[in-house]
Amino acid sequence: MKILVCISHVPDTTSKINFTSDHSAFDSNGIQFVINPNDEFGLTKAVQLKEAQGGSITVLTVGDASTEPTLRKALAIGADEAIRVNAEAKDSFQVAAEIADVVKNGDYNLIICGKESIDYNGQAVPTMVAAICNLPIVNACMGLNLDGEEATMIREIEGGKETVKASLPVVLGGQKGLVEENELRIPNMRGIMSARTKPLQVKEPIGAAPKSSHTHFEKPPAKADVKLVEAGQEKELVQLLHTEAKVI
Amino acid sequence: MSVLVFAENWDGKFKNPSFEAVSYGKAVADKAGTDLIAVTFGNLEDDASVLGKYGANKVVHVSDAGAFDAHLYGNSLKDLANGLSAKVVVVSQSNNGKMLSSFLAVAWEAGMISNVVEAPESVAPIKVKKKVFSSKGIATVESSEERVVLALASNSFGAHEAATDAAVESGSTSGEAKTQSVEVDRATGQITLSEAEVVVSAGRGLKGPENWGMVEELAGLLGAATACSKPVSDVGWRPHTEHVGQTGKAIAPNLYIAIGISGAIQHLAGVSSSKVIVVVNSDPEAPFFKAADYGIVGDAFDVVPRLIEAVKELKG
Ligand SMILES: Cc1cc2nc3c(=O)[nH]c(=O)nc-3n(C[C@H](O)[C@H](O)[C@H](O)COP(=O)(O)OP(=O)(O)OC[C@H]3O[C@@H](n4cnc5c(N)ncnc54)[C@H](O)[C@@H]3O)c2cc1C
Ligand SMILES: Nc1ncnc2c1ncn2[C@@H]1O[C@H](COP(=O)(O)O)[C@@H](O)[C@H]1O
Repeated sequence: MKILVCISHVPDTTSKINFTSDHSAFDSNGIQFVINPNDEFGLTKAVQLKEAQGGSITVLTVGDASTEPTLRKALAIGADEAIRVNAEAKDSFQVAAEIADVVKNGDYNLIICGKESIDYNGQAVPTMVAAICNLPIVNACMGLNLDGEEATMIREIEGGKETVKASLPVVLGGQKGLVEENELRIPNMRGIMSARTKPLQVKEPIGAAPKSSHTHFEKPPAKADVKLVEAGQEKELVQLLHTEAKVI
Repeated sequence: MSVLVFAENWDGKFKNPSFEAVSYGKAVADKAGTDLIAVTFGNLEDDASVLGKYGANKVVHVSDAGAFDAHLYGNSLKDLANGLSAKVVVVSQSNNGKMLSSFLAVAWEAGMISNVVEAPESVAPIKVKKKVFSSKGIATVESSEERVVLALASNSFGAHEAATDAAVESGSTSGEAKTQSVEVDRATGQITLSEAEVVVSAGRGLKGPENWGMVEELAGLLGAATACSKPVSDVGWRPHTEHVGQTGKAIAPNLYIAIGISGAIQHLAGVSSSKVIVVVNSDPEAPFFKAADYGIVGDAFDVVPRLIEAVKELKG
């Protein structure tokens, strides 16, 4: 079993988001970067699969050298090798095309992405990779079982879930449920030590071109002050919601 | 040229996100000075011509489509888009919509902008605003391709009536599915989080799962869906599907009522797009009050029952 886990390197969830003064880019000053939370579920699932049935785990990121500590962390959690495609991520299509090239040349049985990266919120890369590589895709995946060449997956749908089957190789967009929160692996000392010597290959990009560009960034408009209603005056609140806010 | 909109239906029924997508498509078509064609897949219970009420000039009904699969739906939609000489395709970001839009963008060799929240500023080239950094930012994105797929964040544009007469034509699928649906497990008759106009949500302040009765009662009275903070679903007080926030669902209802939730930055990231936020919290310093429109400082166990009575009175 060869598993590829695609990792996006994103600002820590507690980050205050700022943009450069000319509004042209994200300001990464003082920002801590982490493994995208949705990708952590996929990485842990890969480690569990490897423990249960053997195989190897490759983690992949498309990004500049500053993403390497994030890849090392994934190695410390249990991946065997890492690939960094040496290109700045510009849009979902460009990233997916770079990942697809690794997939085509790698003979992987399972390609695990997250359903969404919490920075640019594209919600697109896993499906685009599957489209380029002509592979089955299950997004918002919250359960995976392998039986030989057949994968059974549970995906979220509006108001419930659907069980689907496909033949390997498949691409997944994972989320919580793929493994539970309390199963998430964190690096231990031995993992961190061994991660230092695990291979991290820098691959030159195929040079896929993005199809869109971000021309301007701004923050959402600030909220006006909260209108407080005394406890005991719930009727007043309901009236305000009815006549002023007109939402009930 | 034309603008195409994928109007999703759920078990043959159109829902608010279907009409919202058509309304958005209508805004794009108007801006481009062209017609809007709606496409819907699978067996229908509703009359497809209802999409005309939101601005579709024509509806193509592809009734032979089975269960959703990105390859089957995506390749079929690509052929329809080519046949109808579309330049822009609008898809609402449901669970299926996210896959469909991304697949179509590759298959149709189009640009794609997801998470869009407003009508485009311009259509040649397409330039439009989208939410980024889990609603902590808004970016303007320009497509370098002439063909573009726009994936619309749900509850961001609204459904707007625009009486048009839509003729219904039939279409067919092309290509093959690569996944097989085995089983669908869906609660029926419940309001789902993504389509809800009102959401009642509660957090760790409620102390235990046995106290959710009042949350459900309030939600029932308001025709609302229920939601919760992450720790509440982590410990199993509520199902994962109710978890909202940066690592759960991002929602944008008209009204979000947060009971006993502190308002951590990761929680706010998933709910800050709500139009009106009401916070009930016993701690006047709870960060959620800074993001709220209305608030009551008080004990949820006193406030919520009184709120229920007040809503009952209003609804008569
Ligand atoms: C990587 C990461 C991702 C995360 N993603 C999410 C996410 O997607 N969604 C999310 O929600 N969280 C997320 N979190 C967790 C987040 O940081 C908070 O811990 C969480 O939102 C707190 O949940 P809570 O408000 O229910 O509980 P608490 O923080 O414990 O707050 C409980 C609140 O209830 C109030 N209270 C207590 N008793 C009463 C009473 N009787 N009546 C009224 N009020 C009362 C208290 O004053 C307090 O404000 C994430 C954290 C991390 C590290
Ligand atoms: N730069 C990147 N390098 C590697 N994988 C990525 C990158 N960006 C996104 N992904 C993967 O695609 C998933 C969805 O990202 P997105 O489509 O950007 O929301 C992420 O959870 C990752 O698994």
